[in-house]
Amino acid sequence: MSNEATLHSKEVVHGAHAHDGHDDHEHHEGGFISKYVFSMDHKTIAKQFLITGIIWAIIGAFFSVLFRLQLGFPDATFPWLESILGHWAKGGRITPEAYYALVTMHGTILVFFVLTAGLSGTFSNLLIPLQVGARDMASPFMNCLSYWFFFMASVVMMSSLFVQTGPASGGWTSYPPLSALGDASIGSKIGMDLWLTSMALFVVSQLLGGLNYISTILNMRTKGMTMTKMPLTIWGFFFTAILGVLSFPVLLSGFILLLFDRHAGTSFYLSELFVAGKALSNEGGSAILYQHLFWFLGHPEVYIIILPAMGMVSEILAVNSRKPIFGYLAMVGSMFAIVILAFLVWAHHMFVTGLNPFLGAFFVLLTLLIAVPSAIKVFNWITTIWKGNLRFTPGMLFSIGFVSTFISGGLTGIWLGNSSIDIHLHDTYFVIAHFHIVMGVSAFFGTFAGVYHWFPKMFGRYMNNTISYIHFWVTLAGAYLIFWPMHYEGMAGMPRRYYDYSSWESFKQFADLNHFISIVVIVVFAAQLLFVFNFFYSIFKGRKVTETNPWNATTLEWTTPINPGHGNWVGEIPEVHRWPYDYSKNGKDFIPQTVPLSPEEEAEGSH
Amino acid sequence: MDTAVTAKKKWWSGGHSPFNVSYGKLMMWYFLMSDVFTFGALLISYGTIRFMSPSWPDPNAVFKSFPLMGHADLPLVFVSLMTFILIMSSVTMVLAVHAGHMRDRKAVAKWLTWTIIGGSAFLACQAWEWTHLFHEGAWWGKNPFLNVDGTQASTNFTNFFFTITGFHGLHVTSGVVLNIVILANVLKGTYEERGHYEMVEKVGLYWHFVDLVWVFVFTCFYLL
Repeated sequence: MSNEATLHSKEVVHGAHAHDGHDDHEHHEGGFISKYVFSMDHKTIAKQFLITGIIWAIIGAFFSVLFRLQLGFPDATFPWLESILGHWAKGGRITPEAYYALVTMHGTILVFFVLTAGLSGTFSNLLIPLQVGARDMASPFMNCLSYWFFFMASVVMMSSLFVQTGPASGGWTSYPPLSALGDASIGSKIGMDLWLTSMALFVVSQLLGGLNYISTILNMRTKGMTMTKMPLTIWGFFFTAILGVLSFPVLLSGFILLLFDRHAGTSFYLSELFVAGKALSNEGGSAILYQHLFWFLGHPEVYIIILPAMGMVSEILAVNSRKPIFGYLAMVGSMFAIVILAFLVWAHHMFVTGLNPFLGAFFVLLTLLIAVPSAIKVFNWITTIWKGNLRFTPGMLFSIGFVSTFISGGLTGIWLGNSSIDIHLHDTYFVIAHFHIVMGVSAFFGTFAGVYHWFPKMFGRYMNNTISYIHFWVTLAGAYLIFWPMHYEGMAGMPRRYYDYSSWESFKQFADLNHFISIVVIVVFAAQLLFVFNFFYSIFKGRKVTETNPWNATTLEWTTPINPGHGNWVGEIPEVHRWPYDYSKNGKDFIPQTVPLSPEEEAEGSH
Repeated sequence: MDTAVTAKKKWWSGGHSPFNVSYGKLMMWYFLMSDVFTFGALLISYGTIRFMSPSWPDPNAVFKSFPLMGHADLPLVFVSLMTFILIMSSVTMVLAVHAGHMRDRKAVAKWLTWTIIGGSAFLACQAWEWTHLFHEGAWWGKNPFLNVDGTQASTNFTNFFFTITGFHGLHVTSGVVLNIVILANVLKGTYEERGHYEMVEKVGLYWHFVDLVWVFVFTCFYLL
């Protein structure tokens, strides 16, 4: 009983406090530092994550342009490369060491810094309080800390690019023994330590953020917001946070052991090795152990990347089709199934690394099972837009693009999930094509959709439509032109991670194709810069939003003022009476969640 | 009939916590779940490597010393004492939380102090044990102990021992620090002013978790 009382009094205090904060904003919320730098407002923290993510995305994508230059034009020299990379591109040609460093950092940056922190960091922060009806996150302070841990991780990772021996270059998976032995390669020296430090800080950031997202969604929902009245975006962020909180610690444990192997003379992952012709004393360890620990995070990680995108796409498709989402509970159920299966399929990354084939059989079965919830989601998205009254806003186009790339990338996943086929396709360009389309491009499309759709909420302005449409069509066409041909290269056996295919008789035939892919990469990269320009230009000069609900959407974020202050709502937090997908119902285009049920609806028992 | 409907509270309908707990406690529970995976991964790694090894040292032959007892053969006696101390500190923590519910500031301070003493004593014991093993030649990357079948052991026995007990010790250390911070607040009267001692409950959860982890660490390294 006392617990109930304290809880109740606390909630009242919390609400009142946040409201005070809002008043301050009107009058004297002065300091630049507390407003824009160490801000505790979830909306500002979201923008911090987004802009940091954009900076990282430019760097990560630029790295891919650099190594595509090597792959597409293996004989050409580019003197300007030497002026920016120095001895890493002597004579205008990227060295093999630089190539591996670029590939490694491209993967690390995009998987973790852009599509994990930049995606769920941005939109979980922005949308969770706004869509569940809370003044802020459960703990605004921890939320602020979460960003600054990410920032520190970014600083350390960035600094690793500038050390003399270069950044980590053993691949984004950092498999030992290569990553454990400083003498094994130039990229396994201090760059690897900085990589591990940065990733450890990143895990802390994820933990602080994830705990906040989960407890905000569970504890801070406004009156009437039952779990099944939450928009699918929130379900997506909720499951993402659970995955992160349970899988990142395992990665941390793996890194702790790796650090000891690097610096304390232990043999957790090392056994019977020769480096440069010299036998090492390490024995008794297992390199496969690291792979298990890594992929126990690594596989959930791809769902950490894709689930927020799935949630946002579901929301944006419904809004812009003026139709309720098809199969709401099936959507939630399939996301739940994905979360469970995410923890049970990690070893499909290890079919050819010495895993017991008998064990592999189970992982094949569990992996193929993921096709079921994925297919449910795809059919539901298609059925949602089927016969809808579609509005082709940039957000909508990117959402449809998401469904397209998720299908074409997902289908090849069924191939790769079979261990017998995987033996042939493993470590080829087929794998590159598969995961880039299904999680790279798709997740980016989800991010872009989210940015275009919620930009008016973030900055009170619209982005430029013409540039957005150019951005969309170039990116969609470009993504397929880049990755589609890679399927053929992979089936022909062209391995990943090679520096120069022109010296291999079997792969010489792909010289023109590689050439073509690299040119498309440059074009697509330029289109992304167009987006970046549009983004920053529109923050200051975009067309102003004049109505609180520009998309005629039902969800709570559009009941706040156009530029909401800290605390989000002026006065009381609105109460919720219905699910978020009442579009084209009872002769009305849309009915916001805050509208009470009509007597007829009450009678028929609403959602 | 109306009263019957209102009496049945809909826990999940928003506007209040579905579990009737504050967000802080919820976060602590989720953090502990996360930490279960950290320790779980370390202990499973240990199990994996141990099962892969043809043989392994016998803990009874390794952990047999007691301070000031010279070369007396007292297998697992010292670690039993350590474990007893840590579990007793959990008991005093329960009493501190209980006193918090009673809003008895003095009793909270007393039991929290005993918990801090217990935690520090455990850490002191661990420090002695580590030093002792170090002087016997054990450390990360160095293992003087033979396998139970008399063959040369790999260094992974000591590697895992120092890493995992060290990681647990780090948790105990941060627990002691947290307890000291909370004790300072109790003495300052912060929680009296706030009207509840929930912070004591939260560090209590953490403390019990650290104890529980020790039970597993103890089992894995000393008993099995």
